Amino acid sequence: MSLQPETLKALVRAAAERVIASASELTALDQAIGDGDHGANMKRGFEAVLGKLDAIGAQPLDEALKTLGKTLVMTVGGAAGPLYGSFFMAAGDALSRSKRLPEDLAEVFGSGVNAVSARGRSQPGEKTMLDVLFPVLEVLKAEAGRPDLIERVRAAASEATARTVPMQATKGRASFLGARSIGHVDPGARSSCVLLHAVCNTLEARP
Amino acid sequence: MNDTVGIVIVSHSKDIAKGTADMVRQMVGAEVRVAFCGGNADGGLGTNVPSIIEAIDSAWSSKGVAVLVDLGGAETNSEMAVEMLQPDRKNLVVVCNAPIVEGAVMAATEAAGGSSLDQVRAVAEELSAG
Repeated sequence: MSLQPETLKALVRAAAERVIASASELTALDQAIGDGDHGANMKRGFEAVLGKLDAIGAQPLDEALKTLGKTLVMTVGGAAGPLYGSFFMAAGDALSRSKRLPEDLAEVFGSGVNAVSARGRSQPGEKTMLDVLFPVLEVLKAEAGRPDLIERVRAAASEATARTVPMQATKGRASFLGARSIGHVDPGARSSCVLLHAVCNTLEARP
Repeated sequence: MNDTVGIVIVSHSKDIAKGTADMVRQMVGAEVRVAFCGGNADGGLGTNVPSIIEAIDSAWSSKGVAVLVDLGGAETNSEMAVEMLQPDRKNLVVVCNAPIVEGAVMAATEAAGGSSLDQVRAVAEELSAG
């Protein structure tokens, strides 16, 4: 898949706009179990991404992903900046190492997920964005090539986000709350879900 | 070589970072380069990578730089900042697993004596070992 610049821009724009529109929801979730800055941080980062939209759209996909990641690292702040930044930079690196889309999609996405895991020294089950990213990776591995892949990814992201509610956080600020972190959606899981849905919805509208 | 290891203090709060740097300067003196940063890009509580890179640059020493951090995001952002340095500098910066105030004072005291980056880090991290 050689992504047309217009499609790439549409994907990045949709992801950014959805995150920005979700800022107050993300902040409310983060106020419950974190330090309450996730929405504002993500909004700041994706506003910077929107500012670079033309430049990102003009790059080949691997370089575009790296620029996106680096922009997030430099602007989001909080732990989310390095985590999301590492995801996109590692996915871009994987593509640069002669990976191809769509056939290597699971591998490219997996490189991003592993980078998040390494950066956060975290594993699934600790009430973080990894609890969405890993289940989605599993779908990409198992269901690659299916005509309803987009629908399955979207559903997996939603279900995985909901599954963070009964989890107890053992990583990040939420872990300070111990058992009191149970009963809330994890804000990082939710922002990952928002991003994945934006990408799915855009791809569906522009086959 | 007379250079001493530089110290960088990264807190979510600029006031805490500055206060810690003040304590280091008063207790250890001016022979150790100390830089600090704190706060997000909007001036609220938080940490951000560009400020950390700037602080590392301003405390730069040929012997390297020890970074002291407060909570999770400060550590994650500091590690990210180190990775974004020029390749020849990356291996000369360590993020210490130590309490920020005590760690900064102990690290700076050790650095002032001309110790290596490994020694400075070890002394700061002894505080977490007990």
